[in-house]
Amino acid sequence: MIDIATTLIHITVMLVMPPLLIGVINKTKAWSAGRQGPPLLQLYYDLLRLFRKDMVLSRTTTWVFRAGPVISVTAVLLAGLLAPFGAFDAPLAFDGDLVLFAYLMGLARFFTASAALDTGSAFEGMGAAREVSFASLAEVALFMAFVVLVRLSGSLSLTPMLHAPMTGAFHGLPAAALLLVGVALFVVLLAENARIPIDDPNTHLELTMIHEVMVLDHSGPLFGLVLYGAAVKLLLFSALLLHFALPFTFGEPLLDWALFAVGLLAVAVAVGVVESAMARLSLRHVPSLLIAASVLCAFGFFFTLA
Amino acid sequence: MNFSAANLLLVGILLLNLFFLGTSRIRALIQAAALQGVVLGVMPLLIHGRVDWNTGLIAVATIVLKGSVIPGMLRRALREAQIKREVEPLIGLVPTMLLGALGTLLSIAFASGLPLAPEHQNLLVVPASFSTVLTGFLLLTTRSKAITQAIGYLVLENGIFIFGLLLLEAMPFLVELGVLLDLFVGIFVVSIIIHHINREFASLDTRRLASLKE
Amino acid sequence: MTPTIWLDLSVAAIVLTASSGVPGLALGRRSGAAQGLASLLVIVGSLLGALAAVAVLAGAAIETRTLPGPLPELSLHLRLDPLAAFFLVPVYLLGVAGTLYGTRYWKQAEHPENGRGLRLCYGMLIAALAGVVLAADGFAFLMAWELMALSAFFLVTTEDDRAEVQQAGWVYLVAAHAGTLALFALFALLWAVSGTLEFRPMTSSAGTQGATSVLFLLALLGFGLKAGIVPLHFWLPAAHADAPSHVSALLSGVLLKMGIYGLLRIFMLLPAPPPGVGMLMIGIGTVSAVYGVVFALGQHDLKRLLAYHSIENIGIIVMGLGLALIGVSAQQPAWVALGLAGCLLHVWNHALFKALLFLAAGSVIHSAGTREIDRLGGLGKPMARTAALFAIGAVAICGLPPLNGFASELLIYVGLFRVNADGASRLWSAAPLAAPLLAMAGALAVACFVKAYGTVFLGPHRSESAARAHEAPSSMLLAMLLLALPCVAIGLLPALAMPALDRVVLDWIRLDSPPPALSELVPWMPIMGMNAALVGSVLAVLLILRSRSRRRVPAQTVTWDCGYVRPTATMAYTASSFAQLLVGLYGWLLRSRSRDATRTELFPPRQHFHTNVPEQVMDLVLAPLWVSFRRALAPLRALQHGRVQHYLMYVLLTLCTLLALLFPIDELLRRFLGW
Repeated sequence: MIDIATTLIHITVMLVMPPLLIGVINKTKAWSAGRQGPPLLQLYYDLLRLFRKDMVLSRTTTWVFRAGPVISVTAVLLAGLLAPFGAFDAPLAFDGDLVLFAYLMGLARFFTASAALDTGSAFEGMGAAREVSFASLAEVALFMAFVVLVRLSGSLSLTPMLHAPMTGAFHGLPAAALLLVGVALFVVLLAENARIPIDDPNTHLELTMIHEVMVLDHSGPLFGLVLYGAAVKLLLFSALLLHFALPFTFGEPLLDWALFAVGLLAVAVAVGVVESAMARLSLRHVPSLLIAASVLCAFGFFFTLA
Repeated sequence: MNFSAANLLLVGILLLNLFFLGTSRIRALIQAAALQGVVLGVMPLLIHGRVDWNTGLIAVATIVLKGSVIPGMLRRALREAQIKREVEPLIGLVPTMLLGALGTLLSIAFASGLPLAPEHQNLLVVPASFSTVLTGFLLLTTRSKAITQAIGYLVLENGIFIFGLLLLEAMPFLVELGVLLDLFVGIFVVSIIIHHINREFASLDTRRLASLKE
Repeated sequence: MTPTIWLDLSVAAIVLTASSGVPGLALGRRSGAAQGLASLLVIVGSLLGALAAVAVLAGAAIETRTLPGPLPELSLHLRLDPLAAFFLVPVYLLGVAGTLYGTRYWKQAEHPENGRGLRLCYGMLIAALAGVVLAADGFAFLMAWELMALSAFFLVTTEDDRAEVQQAGWVYLVAAHAGTLALFALFALLWAVSGTLEFRPMTSSAGTQGATSVLFLLALLGFGLKAGIVPLHFWLPAAHADAPSHVSALLSGVLLKMGIYGLLRIFMLLPAPPPGVGMLMIGIGTVSAVYGVVFALGQHDLKRLLAYHSIENIGIIVMGLGLALIGVSAQQPAWVALGLAGCLLHVWNHALFKALLFLAAGSVIHSAGTREIDRLGGLGKPMARTAALFAIGAVAICGLPPLNGFASELLIYVGLFRVNADGASRLWSAAPLAAPLLAMAGALAVACFVKAYGTVFLGPHRSESAARAHEAPSSMLLAMLLLALPCVAIGLLPALAMPALDRVVLDWIRLDSPPPALSELVPWMPIMGMNAALVGSVLAVLLILRSRSRRRVPAQTVTWDCGYVRPTATMAYTASSFAQLLVGLYGWLLRSRSRDATRTELFPPRQHFHTNVPEQVMDLVLAPLWVSFRRALAPLRALQHGRVQHYLMYVLLTLCTLLALLFPIDELLRRFLGW
């Protein structure tokens, strides 16, 4: 009984909340700049509008262009079934699901980048190149984090791995390791979701774009899928991060869901703050940031060995 | 038994060797080589005394091949190349002859120290064989015309054949025939090569071949 | 004598495939029937061989047989066991696909001078590969190995009128023979230690202990040269790039795996792996994987890029092998099962998708006439089917779900993470660090294949040759489909391959406790469910979009590209630009050389810019070593002046010297001077 309910709530949160998070981020950025900013539910309106529109396709493109956003969203949503939210188990948990999680994101990336190259435009090719290059370093950091978690939790499935900080059994060096992994995961979140300091989702100059520029030619429902997929990805990575930021549980399902929702919004606010406070790193320095995240996780790994 | 006749013939071989080293007329060289071949063909019958199918067949084959077929091929190559004489060899005719004579003496001395089977003790086979091999080598290394080198190869093979006379009973028939075939094919190929060298360089001087080196 | 049907079938298969090219020699250059006959023989032979292999994998008993050899002590032993059967399957599958492909790709009418030789050597290569795998003693193994290396050499140098093909062939031959030399030493040592050339597991004794490390090093050298692990890979890129495409498919797909097969066999013979071997192999595997993919990023030539990816995948296979060895050393059957299964399944998977990629690349090169990625582009429109098949190969090689690469990489990941989770011991604690590096190699592979697929098939036509391209003929497409279908099948239903893998693991392992079944170690059901859900939902959404487009047809226009009104083909991102960020990041490893554009006035004339990533081991290590070697030995060249007489004099002098040593001087002096 409880499992079905949990699964349903999990799926609902995953499907419904993402655009809200984007709205919170934009509102935070607006307020710190002294503006009113767009309404919190703006992305919902945008998505509704986009899904009603027609598509305009470029003659240079092939089926890859149309398949790109579709595969991307589907892969991300399926990956979401593997990630535990808050104190609850994920709908699907089995040994090795962490690999499936990461590689589903990889599949999404493959087709998004290919769709960008499909248009034959210089901007989109540039964005695709940057996206796949930085992702290679972000993957290292993500897997290093997984290695630390596997060692600490002794399990190969995301649900027990991410619930490990909640058990409160780690003190001293392992706790420090978890802290380092949390910081690294925050950097990975910023990288995978194309946020400052890796990318600037607001500008439309080719010098500063990665993700925005890859999807210039998508229109109508395809563009809607792209925006929605990006939001879901943000939610999933925030959910992963929350296990480190808020590793406690009340024991009551309702309270835990509330805590989770509040936590998500808090992460969105944090991302907004970071985006307002920092400028974008020049592209030369982004690899250093990502390698630093991996090094943090490596330190965490050596702490767990001690 | 017929040792003294065999020894006599072997002495003849040694003298032929010196003749090889001393002459520069190619026709004479070919004729001497033919003569040496015939003598060698007769040798097995004399050394082992018996005339059975094995040794008789080998003797006939050797005489025919070395006495007329191979000299014939060489004469035809000579005719095509239209030369008569060898050029002055590397170290002069007389020094070559002296070297050959010295080598013969040394091989006689060497052979006397070898542990041969009793029936072969007083035979000149081993010295003759070493001397002939040495002669063949000298011809190969000091002469520069291709035909003379072919004759040197022939003489070298003769030397090996002489040594093989010791083992006539032990050597299987097939090996003997194989050796003969090897010789025949070798000369055949060499005469083809002589033809090509002549065509390519308009001369049979094998020193020109060094220009082929990469 | 027990009936050995499957082994006899395999021998018949070898004979049929070896003789497939022979009728062509008799029928002459003009005849096209020879090609059909050769294909028929190869297909029939391969079917028989594959049947035998599948039967053994499904549970038939191991069969052995002894054939008389040249000497009484040297007879030929053959054995068809699960490991051999496992490697036979890709040999025959790729053989059939390659031959089918070659009927149109290398038509006799278009290539009269080398067509027959190619088919003859192709059949011999397939037969030799099967022979290597069936051999059960050192002598038969070496004979088949040498035949394999030589047939591959003749296949690589098919188009030997081109200088780079000649060079590639020479380097390949040198590397192959260096490896064979190491193998001769290996088998000689094996004979000395165990007393027999037959492949029988050695018992552990004092004599074998010390020899194990030496045997392992010789095996690593000999088989590593064939498999292409870094740094012994220097011959690979040129040889695989310059051979005809269906030959490259066979080389990359199966020839490299024979090195892996050899290593697996040797480890079956050794009593226990030397200490530290597992970690060493994981280290070598990781280095090869990252090295291969980083270098692949820097290539402009489509086939060279694929060749470097072979190095990467061999690295992954070696990682699995290292994991299995760690399991043997640590007495953990689960680790052995996971590592070995990952290694073996990746052998199959790589054979499938790499051959598919090479065949697709071949049809692209065949129709567009160039191998340079930057001159192709937009081939997805005229060559839609080839593009779809290449896409399947690209997604598979990146290890992405739902295709087969994911299944084998998952096995290795689960194994590495289990070492991390279970291992309380300090010894293997560094092993899990290979997992992030494997992930990095995977992400770089995604980058590289997005570049390759995107630049070749997507975007505008970047040159005239691309504009003239046409779809490949149906026999070539059929060959590619033959390889793509198993990719999809193993990807969607990986549990199908598990029984065969279980059988091989059970046969290979020599630990006290039996290994757990793979379906217990990795939960395939949820994964297959996810794969099915992925495919299903993508298809569903695409269908919805399509039906929507039927009702409201989308407008077609030029690429918007932020408002550019007149996009041209030269504005599309090139492959070199795509890879530039990563090539710059890894510049310390790649050291790419460039010829820059140098004129900088206001209206500069037409200039050229050229970058090139040299093969590091070849250019930085081996070539200078070779040059200094030659310089050191130059004085000896004075001996080689080309004059025959002098050469003969050397022989004479040697002879005289030896005789002088034997000269009984004291005897003679005693006799003649009475001393």
